[in-house]
Amino acid sequence: MKRVKAIKANTILKVIALIVPLLLSINSFTLASTPETPAASQSPKTEVTAPQTAAAPAEGAEGEEKAGDVIMHHILDNHILAFEPFGEIELPKIVVGGFDLSITKHVVMLWVVSAILIALFALAGGKYKKMTARQAPKGLTNALEALVEFIRVDVAKANIGKDYAKYLDYLLTVFFFILLCNLLGLVPYGSTATGNINVTLTLATFTFFITQVAALKAHGIKGYLAHLTGGTHPALWIIMIPIEFIGLFTKPVALTIRLFANMTAGHIVILSLIFISFILKSYIVAVVMSVPFSIFIYLLELFVAFLQAFIFTMLSALFIGLASAHEGHEEHEAGAAHH
Amino acid sequence: MLTSGNILLAGSLLSPNPGLIFWTAITFVIVLIILKKIAWGPIISALDEREKGIQSSIDRAHKAKEEAEAILKKNRDTLAKADAEADRIIREGKEYADKLRADISEKAQAESKKMISNAKDEIEQEKRRALDVLRNEVADLAVKGAEKIIKTTLDADLQKKIVDSMIQDLSTKRN
Repeated sequence: MKRVKAIKANTILKVIALIVPLLLSINSFTLASTPETPAASQSPKTEVTAPQTAAAPAEGAEGEEKAGDVIMHHILDNHILAFEPFGEIELPKIVVGGFDLSITKHVVMLWVVSAILIALFALAGGKYKKMTARQAPKGLTNALEALVEFIRVDVAKANIGKDYAKYLDYLLTVFFFILLCNLLGLVPYGSTATGNINVTLTLATFTFFITQVAALKAHGIKGYLAHLTGGTHPALWIIMIPIEFIGLFTKPVALTIRLFANMTAGHIVILSLIFISFILKSYIVAVVMSVPFSIFIYLLELFVAFLQAFIFTMLSALFIGLASAHEGHEEHEAGAAHH
Repeated sequence: MLTSGNILLAGSLLSPNPGLIFWTAITFVIVLIILKKIAWGPIISALDEREKGIQSSIDRAHKAKEEAEAILKKNRDTLAKADAEADRIIREGKEYADKLRADISEKAQAESKKMISNAKDEIEQEKRRALDVLRNEVADLAVKGAEKIIKTTLDADLQKKIVDSMIQDLSTKRN
């Protein structure tokens, strides 16, 4: 038995010794002849990055600088919808009154998300309209209902309290909107609209306004202004009011940065891992590191897509709940600081 | 990576884009309104309805269970009562039977006693009568004996013998 093992180990070593130089030589050979093959031979998942990455090694040896550009190009918004290798669509530029209202890649993604959401929920809503209370949902409706019910009970009801129904429409929409935006970034030819700070800022602004309206409704103008003083002595107001005023904006800013940074960071990590193999020009790095690690990060990104959508919704609900139900200033601060 | 750093510093990643903000806001509000109409309304109302339905079903089930338990308890009570009743009846029957038996045996004993005493009385009476008759006869015989003795000899010894033999005779005869 021992002998057999020794022989086996020996053969494996021999095979490795044969294959490694072979792989290395093939690597340099293919890189020299067809720059597209590395991307094509990787798992289908990397197709997302294939169009952009294909250009990098082809253009020259200074891949390191190019890689950064390509990554940024992939993450940033632009006016071209690229469907390489099939071609690209130039998006129209619209300028109204000095404002650039062009339809960019991310706007298109937002519309795709909207279309998918509306189609999905038109289907589900139609089924619900037909359904009696005695029927159980199945298939798509069941899957969507699990998420809807989760947002309704564990997010809205748990954080806002008895008035949760008023804010439920917003919370549900924001959850599914962000979730789908996040997920579409992981699809070939897709891009993450929520990885753009303008999108997240807009969504956080909605939460901000809803939170302020909820606070105003719950406490009135007087209570709202009193809250800005932090309940301290008038002598301290000169310090407290600016602090509280800034405090109002930290929450939406935190929401903005969190979502944007999470979505952007994941993509940068995946692309960087892929690019390591191009920069080092090695199949071994691709097989041993780039592909498995980027698959791992990709799966992590799937989880993060759900997690960030949940966190955004959860925190929105929490802020609304804190603003509308006032349970003492300390708790409020503690709750805000905690998140 | 230098260029990407420059891009970052130039603000591409964080640069404000009013167009995108505008489109995001418009898109989101439209999606919110449409979804509210086509999805959230029906789904939430259906969920509420189902929640209520489930709650009422649970309530009903609880109620039914309580009712069933009450009925079961009632049945058990009835059964226990019936058992007690049966026990009581059996016990009473036994008691009655015992009493009856005791009565009857007592009566029988009394009867037998009475009969025995009656018989004894009768025997006594018969005996007395027999004795009376005997006495009369003895007296008669004595008188007759005396007559005979007087008639034959007036010897005292003889007389005595005669009387003795007569008495002997009487006793044998009687027995």
